[in-house]
Amino acid sequence: MNNRKITIVNNLIWYIIICVLVFIFVFPLLWIFSTALKTRDQLFVYPPVLIPKPVAWDNFKKAINAIPFLLYLKNTLIIVVFSLLGDIISSSFVAYGFSRIDWPGRDILFLVLLGTMMIPYQVTLIPLFIVYRMIGWVNTFFPLTVPSFFATAAFHVFLLRQFYHTIPKDLSDAAYIDGCSDLRIWWKIILPLAKPALVTVGIFNFINHWNDFLGPLIYLQEDKKYTLAIGLYAFRNEFGTDWNLMMAAAILMVIPLVALFLSAQKVFVSGITLTGLKG
Amino acid sequence: MGLFFISPWLIGFLLFTLGPIIFSFYLSFTDYQVIAAPKWIGIENYRELIKSDPLFWKSLYNTLYYVAFRIPTGILTALSLAILLNRKLKGVTIFRSLFYFPSLISGVVLSVIWLWILAPEFGLLNMVLSFFKLKGPLWLTDPAWAKLAFVIMALWSVGPQMIIFLAGLQDIPEQLYESAHIDGTNWWQDIRYITLPLLTPSIFYNIVVLVIGAFQVFTQAFIMTNGGPVDSTLFYVLYLYNNGFRYFKMGYASSMAWILFIIIFCLTLIQFRFSSWVHYER
Repeated sequence: MNNRKITIVNNLIWYIIICVLVFIFVFPLLWIFSTALKTRDQLFVYPPVLIPKPVAWDNFKKAINAIPFLLYLKNTLIIVVFSLLGDIISSSFVAYGFSRIDWPGRDILFLVLLGTMMIPYQVTLIPLFIVYRMIGWVNTFFPLTVPSFFATAAFHVFLLRQFYHTIPKDLSDAAYIDGCSDLRIWWKIILPLAKPALVTVGIFNFINHWNDFLGPLIYLQEDKKYTLAIGLYAFRNEFGTDWNLMMAAAILMVIPLVALFLSAQKVFVSGITLTGLKG
Repeated sequence: MGLFFISPWLIGFLLFTLGPIIFSFYLSFTDYQVIAAPKWIGIENYRELIKSDPLFWKSLYNTLYYVAFRIPTGILTALSLAILLNRKLKGVTIFRSLFYFPSLISGVVLSVIWLWILAPEFGLLNMVLSFFKLKGPLWLTDPAWAKLAFVIMALWSVGPQMIIFLAGLQDIPEQLYESAHIDGTNWWQDIRYITLPLLTPSIFYNIVVLVIGAFQVFTQAFIMTNGGPVDSTLFYVLYLYNNGFRYFKMGYASSMAWILFIIIFCLTLIQFRFSSWVHYER
């Protein structure tokens, strides 16, 4: 009986600590949201208020109108969709070659692939820029999408390979007996089975390209080509003290991430990404 | 057949990794300012960086300073949260999600949000401090505090490290704690003698990854301070970017990239070399 009491008290203390910490973590977001809904003169008052009065919903509209928001959204989506497509197709294809079939030199080349993850991107940044400039790709979306079609996201190949290893070899053998080619096995058997892993890869790719700043900063020079990330940066440079509008614009960029997170929480928190680390 | 399947990667590797690496290595020995063709100058770039570029050393110092605070605070926060959240109580998955979510926000959005949080007078952080009768520093506009502001900001993105610790914690067999409790251990002894030793692989992994990431800190500094005040947040990669894409000294910037590569490579090697504290099962 006494022991139970101790557990209850323990749990209560735990809940209090966690709630305080959660509050610290989440409060900035609430504060940002509150800022986004304030009129300009409510920004600089002391003591601060959390719930704005009046609520300036039209800040969102103003933020959208202050920059060509829809155009930037379109540009961002083009880049995101193409690199996502390229990444998923090429990574899953290459991962097949690194796991489902045996051939000499496979494991050495796989080590090379892992090694590329160690190279800081700054090393290839400048030569790539020079080459893209020479072939006229600067100020196009190509530098931000084309590499994805060549399995350049080594980590994604790695993840998918680890996942493919968990699919029983018998499945392939049975298909071989039926006269299936490897290409068909990849497309018809492995890809459908690897769906959860593909979703994980897709989500990480989406987030990376949605948030990407340096790539668009270097390659997109004309404001008609800007992505949302660059648009927000330009917004800050132009309207640096309109904190309410800036926060509204920031929230608009966070909303897709929230939606993605809510619909695929498991992917992030259950640690599918980690299965690879231990194998 | 194998080569057929990996051919996209092989082509990509040659075109987007190996080729550029070789080109970059060549460029680092040239004077290349975009307008004229690269001019071979031997080790002149490296000599200038090391011998007569105070900003190079300043940026390296700033980065090391950032790394030195970033790693311990990041590990400690992630570890504490993971230990707290490694319980089978109601709502724990929701709490994990709430702690994880901020780490999805990065780049420009994160920077813009924190510009407002760190604003000296009406920023959230200083208002909270003044609520406790503390006067907060000017953060990003004070050379003494600007780097630390970035360290604090990074703690908000603790999610990935926390998840790795949680996965590590879940691998520790429950019986170890049970038998320890029979011997009458308290919670601190549990952590000190069971949790931490068995978690060393996760700690090691997180440190290696955090060090590599922290050395490449760029976007936040570029957007929030652009290196200032008085170069106190001119981090290495920011200075590299400025050389390459602001002053168009592409050869010089390539030399900087190679020095960074070597630093990160050596640091990682050293960490592996001195990893006898990591306790692997089996």
